[in-house]
Amino acid sequence: MGARRRRILPGFGLALGFTLLYFGLVVLIPLGGLVLKSSTMSWGQFWGAVTAPRALASYRLTFGAALAGAGINVLFGAIVAWVLVRYDFPLKKLVDALVDLPFALPTAVAGIALTSLYAGNGWIGRWLEPLGIKVAFAPLGVVVALTFIGLPFVVRTVQPVLEDLDAEIEEAAASLGARRWQTIRRVIFPELWPALATGFALALARALGEYGSVVFIAGNIQMKTEITALLIVGKLEQYDYAGATAVAVVMLFASFVLLLTINGLQRWATWRRPAFGD
Amino acid sequence: MSIEVRNVTKTFGPFAALRDVSLEVQTGELVALLGPSGSGKTTLLRIIAGLEVPNRGSVFFHGEDATDRRVQERRVGFVFQHYALFRHMTVFENVAFGLRVMRRSVRPAGAEIRQRVHRLLELVQLEWLAERYPTQLSGGQRQRVALARALAVEPKVLLLDEPFGALDAQVRQELRRWLRRLHNEIHVTGVLVTHDQEEALEVADRVVVMNAGRIEQMGTPEDVFHHPANEFVLNFLGHVNVFHGRAEGSKAIFGTLAVDFPDAPPTGSLELRGFVRPHDLELDRTPSADALLEGTIVRIHAAAPQVKIEVLSTAGESIHVESSQERYRAQGWSVGQRVYVRPREIRVFGNGQPARPATPRRTDVVGMSSET
Repeated sequence: MGARRRRILPGFGLALGFTLLYFGLVVLIPLGGLVLKSSTMSWGQFWGAVTAPRALASYRLTFGAALAGAGINVLFGAIVAWVLVRYDFPLKKLVDALVDLPFALPTAVAGIALTSLYAGNGWIGRWLEPLGIKVAFAPLGVVVALTFIGLPFVVRTVQPVLEDLDAEIEEAAASLGARRWQTIRRVIFPELWPALATGFALALARALGEYGSVVFIAGNIQMKTEITALLIVGKLEQYDYAGATAVAVVMLFASFVLLLTINGLQRWATWRRPAFGD
Repeated sequence: MSIEVRNVTKTFGPFAALRDVSLEVQTGELVALLGPSGSGKTTLLRIIAGLEVPNRGSVFFHGEDATDRRVQERRVGFVFQHYALFRHMTVFENVAFGLRVMRRSVRPAGAEIRQRVHRLLELVQLEWLAERYPTQLSGGQRQRVALARALAVEPKVLLLDEPFGALDAQVRQELRRWLRRLHNEIHVTGVLVTHDQEEALEVADRVVVMNAGRIEQMGTPEDVFHHPANEFVLNFLGHVNVFHGRAEGSKAIFGTLAVDFPDAPPTGSLELRGFVRPHDLELDRTPSADALLEGTIVRIHAAAPQVKIEVLSTAGESIHVESSQERYRAQGWSVGQRVYVRPREIRVFGNGQPARPATPRRTDVVGMSSET
C-alpha cells in the first residue's frame, strides 16, 4: 500500500495551473516579447542604445525621483495612516476616502492640476518661484508628481497593521518609563516596518512606471527632465522599436532587482523572529 | 509607598465612571478593587497609574500630590489583562525594556542589566524561556513575563489590571497563590483589579468593593465577607438566597419564622429582605420551630467538596443549600424528598436599613406560641 498523499484542502493543482496560465498570458508573454524584440539588435547596438547619455540621464531622473517620492510617502503616509487610525476628528471618513483619489484619478488630470498649481504663475508656484524654488518643468516637479501617485500605497498598507496594534503596548512602554520617541523607535516602528517596506516597494514600482502625470509637469527637456518612459515613447514615435525595447528591458531588469531586494530584506527581517499571531 | 486617592471623579462623555471616590493604600499593602464590569475599578487603577486623567480630585504618592505627574515619572509597574508584551522582542528583551530606556545617567551597564533581568526571570521561574518570543509562551507564562517586566524598573507601586482574567481556572488558582507569595517576598505596595470575588478574598490584604463608580465597602476579606455593609456587597460576594418578609413590632417575619429585629419602625409594617448564604441553611425531615419554609428537593450536585442541593419551595421559589459531604451522607437526601428549610443565620435588610445578622431562636417563632 502506497503512502497516502491526499491533501485536506483540495484544488492545489487547478489553482496553480490557473495561476501559471494567467501569469503567462498577462505578464510573461508580453515581457518575453519585449526581450525578444530587443534581441534583434546586436550587442553593440544594444549597449549603445541603453548607455546613450540621454538614456543615462533619464535613468538617473526616473530612479532618483521614484526613490525620493517613495521615501517621502513612507514618512508622510505613515503619519496619515497614524492619524486615521488613532484619532477621531470631523470628516475623518471623507479624508479616509480622499487617500484613494490618486488611485482613481486619470494620471494626466493629476499632472495638469499639479502643473497649474506649481507653475510660475500657479497658486503655489508663485510663492516658491521668488525663493528660487522651481517645481514645474524641473526635476522637483517629477518628484511631486510621483509622490502624489504613490501616497495611497503606503497609507493602505500601514493602516491595517496600525489598527491591529494594541494601544496597550504603548501604555506599557510609557509605564516602564519610555519617552514618546523611545516608544515609537523601540515599540511601534519594529511592528510597522515590514508594512512600511511593502508600501515603499509598491509606491516605488508605481512611480517607476508612471508616465501620464509626469509628462505634463516635467516639461520633458532632454537630459534634464525627461523620464525613461517618455524616452521610450519618443523612440517609438521615431519608429525605433528596437531602441525603445532595449531601454525598456533595462528599466524592467533594474525594477525587478530593486523590488526583489526589498522583498528579500523584508523576508530576512520576518524570518529572524517567529510568525505573529495568537 | 502609600497611595491616596482623594475625591476623584471621572466621566467619559455622559457616563460617570467614578463619582467622588476616595481611597487609601498603606505601604506594602496589597489591595483588591472588586466589582462588576462598569463599576469603575479599572478606571480607578488607570488614574492611579497616570494612564487616565481625573476630571476632579487628586492622587497622592507618599503624601505628595502626583495628579499632574506623567505616567513615565510615577514609577508604577502596570500589568495588563492581555499582557501587552512586545511581540518583536524576546522574553529577555521584554524584561530589559524598562532598564534600556532609562536616561543614560541612571541606566545600568549592560552586564548589570543582564544580571538583573536574569534575577527577575528566576523570580518568576522563567529563566529557561529567556530567548523565546511571547507568541511561543502560554498565557500563564506571558503574564509572569509581564510581571517581571513591570518589576524590572523597581516600581514603588505595582498595579495589576485583571491580571489573571484571560487565563483558565487552574492556571489562575496557581498564579493567584504565586502572586501572594511573591508579594510576601518583595513587599511592594500593590493594587489588584478583579471581578472575581474569590480571587480578591484570597489574595488581598484589604478588599474594596465597588459598584457604579462608588466604593460600597472597604475592609479585610473577612470583614467584607462576614459583615457586608449592604445588599450589594452581600450579593456580590458569593451566592445568597433572598427571602421576602415584613417587620412587625420588633420582629422580622419570614414565612413561619420570626426573628428579633430591633431596627423596625415603631409603627406600621416595613417590607424586609432576609439573606441567607447556602451554607447557612439546614434541611430537616420534620417540621421544626425554626423552619422557614417547606419544599421539595429537585436537584443534588454531590461531585464537589460541598454538596449543592436545590430545593423548590411550595411557593415556587428556588433555594440553594450547601452541606458538607459527611452531613449529606448521614442525612441521606434524595431528589423528590419533602424537606423543611431552616436558617442558622439570617441577615435582614429593610429599605435603607443596615445589615443585621440574626440567629433564630425557638422563642422567635410565630404561630407556635405556647399561650394558645
